Amino acid sequence: MILGTIYAFLFLVAAFCLVVGVALRVIRYSRTPVPLVIPTTPAPTTTGGVVSRMFREVVLFESLFKGSKWTWLFGWLFHFGLVVALLRHLRYFTEPVWQWVEVIQWVGLYGGGVMLFGLLGLWARRFLVDRVRYISALSDHLMLALLVAIAGSGLAIKYGVHTDIVALKAFTRGLLMFDWQPLPAEPLLLMHLTLVILLMVIFPFSKLLHAPGVFFSPTRTMKDTPREKRHSAPWADEINRSTLR
Amino acid sequence: MAKREFSIPVIKSPPEIPPIRPGAMAHSRPFVAKAEHQEPLGFPGELVDNWKSVAIDKMEELLGKYRALPVFLDSCVKCGACTDKCHYYLGTGDPKNMPVARQDILRSVYRRYFTVAGKYFPKLVGAAELTEEVIDDWYRYYHQCSECRRCSVYCPFGIDTAEITMAGREILASIGVGQKYANEIIGKVHKIGNNLGLPEPALVDTLEGLEEEVEEEINVPVKFPLDQVGAEVLLVTPSADFFAEPHVDGLIGYAKVFHQAGISWTLSSYASEAANFGIFVGNYENMQKVAERIRQAALDLGVKRIVVGECGHAWRVAYSFWNTLIGPFDFLDTAYPTPQHICELTYHLLQQGQLKLDPAQNDDKVVTFHDSCNVSRGSRMGDMPGGQFTIPRALIRSACPHFVDMAPETTHEHTFCCGGGGGLLTDDLLELRVKGALPRVSALKRVIEEDGVTHMAAICAICKSQFSKVLPEYGMGMDMVVSVHQLIGDALVFEPAQ
Ligand code: HEM
Ligand code: SF4
Ligand code: SF4
Repeated sequence: MILGTIYAFLFLVAAFCLVVGVALRVIRYSRTPVPLVIPTTPAPTTTGGVVSRMFREVVLFESLFKGSKWTWLFGWLFHFGLVVALLRHLRYFTEPVWQWVEVIQWVGLYGGGVMLFGLLGLWARRFLVDRVRYISALSDHLMLALLVAIAGSGLAIKYGVHTDIVALKAFTRGLLMFDWQPLPAEPLLLMHLTLVILLMVIFPFSKLLHAPGVFFSPTRTMKDTPREKRHSAPWADEINRSTLR
Repeated sequence: MAKREFSIPVIKSPPEIPPIRPGAMAHSRPFVAKAEHQEPLGFPGELVDNWKSVAIDKMEELLGKYRALPVFLDSCVKCGACTDKCHYYLGTGDPKNMPVARQDILRSVYRRYFTVAGKYFPKLVGAAELTEEVIDDWYRYYHQCSECRRCSVYCPFGIDTAEITMAGREILASIGVGQKYANEIIGKVHKIGNNLGLPEPALVDTLEGLEEEVEEEINVPVKFPLDQVGAEVLLVTPSADFFAEPHVDGLIGYAKVFHQAGISWTLSSYASEAANFGIFVGNYENMQKVAERIRQAALDLGVKRIVVGECGHAWRVAYSFWNTLIGPFDFLDTAYPTPQHICELTYHLLQQGQLKLDPAQNDDKVVTFHDSCNVSRGSRMGDMPGGQFTIPRALIRSACPHFVDMAPETTHEHTFCCGGGGGLLTDDLLELRVKGALPRVSALKRVIEEDGVTHMAAICAICKSQFSKVLPEYGMGMDMVVSVHQLIGDALVFEPAQ
């Protein structure tokens, strides 16, 4: 029981860090003006076009595909695997388990493996390509190590030491209801959960901010309509007015 | 000129990505601006005593003024997609010329002073104290970026290193370490109205000379009007068009087009420059002030339209920024876009059947086209995305029977900078310029060998100057470079106006 309480507490702290940390960055981004029209052209001229461009960036990693086929392959597999694996985890949080979550369970199983494969490919690039080796800081390696460990321990729980799923689900449901429940004292499970907590805490302080960041990138989100529509920001307009004569 | 101490890169076919050569370009730094170049721009004349705190304060100010900065500095995942995209990396192998590494020299300071992770775990995330060595590195490597935006095309988050470079240069200038070349030029525009510091009488002389020359050659009284109140069009063009080769042939081309189309037009001695180096040093105030002269000239001359001559970054500033800087343009004729590119104007006239071209005049040439970086990735022409690629090509094709494109990974939005953009077109950076031209020159060499290309057309004054200078270094003729409007002008059929 004490274990359950400790982890419940840690999860709440981590969730708080994640939500508040990301919210603060997002507020900061959205409040910072964009004084000039700087989409990377050719760029869409309509809002629909921008939505489509962003969809292709976020879902297909279009620019990365133009940039590096290997990184795109591994990176896309990793993120795709991550999304599927995360969705699969919904079964620990929904009661009764949502229909579509049931349906994707089998895909989800592959998700973990695909994610791990992608991560290892990305990590290999950090050693094998001299340019990528040069730009990799310790934190870049540790981030990959963390994700590899999360995916690895998750897969190990699934295929190796089977955990008491019923008890685990009671714990996760309890988290949502603020009703602390005991947690199975399984070393691998505890490791998996500890690493996830760590990831949640690190998120808003690290390059993982690319996830919210991409939605605020002016070169991707702006329309190419500077002649049609005057764009302005308050601080810049003040300067513009100051030179009028 | 300084003694030559560098070797010309070898053109490889197919082009190769060089291995990293740390420090390969650490010696490259342009002349530092003197007080007389700094002060008229509102920057301190020499390194200020408390440079460290001034720099950090400036960084904080910029982080609050430009959303791109916090987003770009936070979001890079070090994926490496940009590492082989910069012409300066490809030409030099210096790893600090990889776009992400160029960002990192600013990012490490940002992390140290503005993020939790960098304050408490500097080693872990590569955060760095702001020291004199860091300032030195900024000065070197922010002057090895031509702000061409090629890296931003391939970055999954659209991170545009040009924005980082501009911020880096603005911080440098504001602690008193500006770049002589760019700042001296901006000073000349503020004072005289053009980059060359060409005063009005010299301009009058030059234009009169051109009128005589053209009339002698083709026996048509093509005019080059200056300060003509009430003209329909104000033409704003890079001042290199007034005298440099091959630029001036482009200017002659514009004049012929106006003449044949019967459009009254004028140049302005007050705003005799389209280039705006304010963008290069990343300083909004200076960019705005340079642009403001043009609005003023348009008002004073009472014109109905503003047309911009062939110039890359000038067109980016005009197309993307003018409406913000000096708009709204409600005092002009709204039937036309403001500003309008000379290529758009000529294209429109051709479509309307108001111009007739005889491509046979250019039958001796096999022409290719160099997409200028700022036009390609920072602007548009016409009303469709990508018009900046199709319109100049359509013009060339209608004036020349033989046109060949270079390899697709080097054209359109993938184009390589000429190597001299972004305020680097100065002899104190010659080595960088020669090496940075390598990717474009390699693509050019291929079409010369495979398709017998004889000329490369461009629509940018910097590209034209840069290529005229560096092509001979690679054993190619400097006269290969031509203005698009030279080709138009040469093919133009003069008929009595309908
Ligand atoms: C909107 C959501 C997201 C988008 C569009 C996105 C996109 C990308 C892209 C394009 C890359 C570069 C290619 C690569 O290295 O994989 C990348 C890298 C990365 N992403 Fe995401 N991502 C998103 C969310 C996340 C989340 C939620 C995580 C958290 C676990 C994450 C973790 C990573 C990591 C660790 C890397 C670096 C991989 C490496 O070291 O090479 N991403 N992301
Ligand atoms: S903007 Fe151009 S010159 Fe600068 S880093 Fe990017 S690719 Fe290189
Ligand atoms: S492509 Fe973008 S995210 Fe990837 S290393 Fe370069 S700047 Fe960073």
